[in-house]
Amino acid sequence: MAMLQVENLQVFYGVIQAIKGISFEVNQGEIVALIGANGAGKTTILHTVTGLVPAKAGQIQFDGKDLLKTPSHKIVSMGMAHVPEGRRIFQELSVYENLQLGAFTRRDKAEIAESLKMVYTRFPRLEERKKQIAGTLSGGEQQMLAIGRALMSKPRIILMDEPSMGLSPLFVSEIFDIIQEINKAGTTVLIVEQNAKKVLSIANRAYVLETGKIIQSGEAQSLMNDDSVKRAYLGE
Amino acid sequence: MEFLAQLVNGLSLGSIYALIALGYTMVYGICKMLNFAHGDVIMVGAYTLSIAMSTLHFPPYLAIPVSMLVCAVLGVTIERIAYKPLRQASPLAVLITAIGVSYFLQSLALLIFGSTQRKVESAINVGLIHIGDFAISGNAVVTLLLTIVLMVGLTWFINHTMTGKAMLAVSEDKGAAQLMGVNVNKTIAVTFLSGSALAAVAGVLYIASYGYVGPYTGSMPGIKAFVAAVLGGIGSVPGAMLGGILLGIIESLSKAYISTQLADAIVFGVLIVVLLVKPTGLLGKKVTEKV
Ligand SMILES: Nc1ncnc2c1ncn2[C@@H]1O[C@H](COP(=O)(O)OP(=O)(O)OP(=O)(O)O)[C@@H](O)[C@H]1O
Ligand SMILES: [Mg+2]
Repeated sequence: MAMLQVENLQVFYGVIQAIKGISFEVNQGEIVALIGANGAGKTTILHTVTGLVPAKAGQIQFDGKDLLKTPSHKIVSMGMAHVPEGRRIFQELSVYENLQLGAFTRRDKAEIAESLKMVYTRFPRLEERKKQIAGTLSGGEQQMLAIGRALMSKPRIILMDEPSMGLSPLFVSEIFDIIQEINKAGTTVLIVEQNAKKVLSIANRAYVLETGKIIQSGEAQSLMNDDSVKRAYLGE
Repeated sequence: MEFLAQLVNGLSLGSIYALIALGYTMVYGICKMLNFAHGDVIMVGAYTLSIAMSTLHFPPYLAIPVSMLVCAVLGVTIERIAYKPLRQASPLAVLITAIGVSYFLQSLALLIFGSTQRKVESAINVGLIHIGDFAISGNAVVTLLLTIVLMVGLTWFINHTMTGKAMLAVSEDKGAAQLMGVNVNKTIAVTFLSGSALAAVAGVLYIASYGYVGPYTGSMPGIKAFVAAVLGGIGSVPGAMLGGILLGIIESLSKAYISTQLADAIVFGVLIVVLLVKPTGLLGKKVTEKV
């Protein structure tokens, strides 16, 4: 059975149906991408998985446990971290405090210190700026902080919502390298992106989303060579 | 010397306002609501103190914690019953509910204790403190010291414990805080709990100088503390402290040197001027649009 299994998910905002019966799965060790245009429902799916938005119907199972019946704040300790759209770091707290909050549910001080060291090794910039107020970081640094904060919970799966948004091309490449490294280190990744070209180049599999429905899915490689995907999402 | 004595009075009155203002500002910071029933929690604290001391003959060192406990439970209960179901409701609905809770507590006190004010033994009795040939009120000094201790404690709690940091995280972004594993409901409860316990202490100190409690005892200090919180910048903890102290000093000095009748008008006048110059209050944050 897949690590994360979503079945026939339906989500409404008031009377508007944003997700119209979607099924997908993420297996342990994979990088899975959800791609789609503005408003396709990518963020809504991730928010429903981590309980920020309620579902109307369907199932979400993580390691066989029903996530739709799990309160949002209990999900991170099950091993799932979410780097939300727009980063949503705590602007008024320091870099260090943001990272501390990432480990909020963990108790073992020695293990937390180890995770912190790991995050600082991966993002030396965060260590240099650990006392700085997070709101004053640059966009790229804020994205690093958002990812670092998620890693502080020692997740088995990490959900990322457009990590490349608003970043300079140089930073975009760096962030994608880091995502690959995180995956190689053993963390499963579910990533949402508009930057389809980049994300398909690092993903194992992908799902193409259009107005709340999955219209295509498959190996990232073959989607990259698919004519309709090329036309719609790769600008070719 | 007369001026110095007035200043001490102002500081002590101001620290009572500050303690109450902390409750307004913490709750606003986390729930973005004005808890207008907060002033009436002081009244409940004062009645509790009075019952604990005169009826049950508790010594002050027991009566004060009992009063804090009752107020803390009351604060959490109010949030649970009245405000929690309205988390997604319009701010206006929440505001009207808060005013309703305030009237409810006042009417309940009226029903139980009647409208005549009840004499309360002071829980704090320190005589005059003489410094050379100059004397200042011992109660004022105790009030000031106790407030300083509580404020330092609260500031430490917010900035150095994970619960405190969770409070800051929730006040900035509830959703992101949940993703960190923070239980938002519990954090809001802790906020109401600590704000109400501080209000109980404020009630004890207020009653120590005022001497009586009635069903409406909480309204005036409640409103003044609300003004203090807005003056300092609502949502800001240091702002509530500063706003409270300033308000107390302005009120005391106005009473002593300008006019007793005009003192309140001056207090509100200062608020209006400050808000005209700096709409977010003295230490208030700039309101930034979230993208
Ligand atoms: N809070 C909300 N209330 C009402 N409608 C919403 C809300 N959030 C999203 N929607 C609607 O749901 C649909 C899906 O939105 P969603 O944010 O999930 O899309 P997305 O694929 O993440 O888009 P983007 O690439 O722009 O981030 C859109 O039509 C959007 O307008
Ligand atoms: Mg989105």
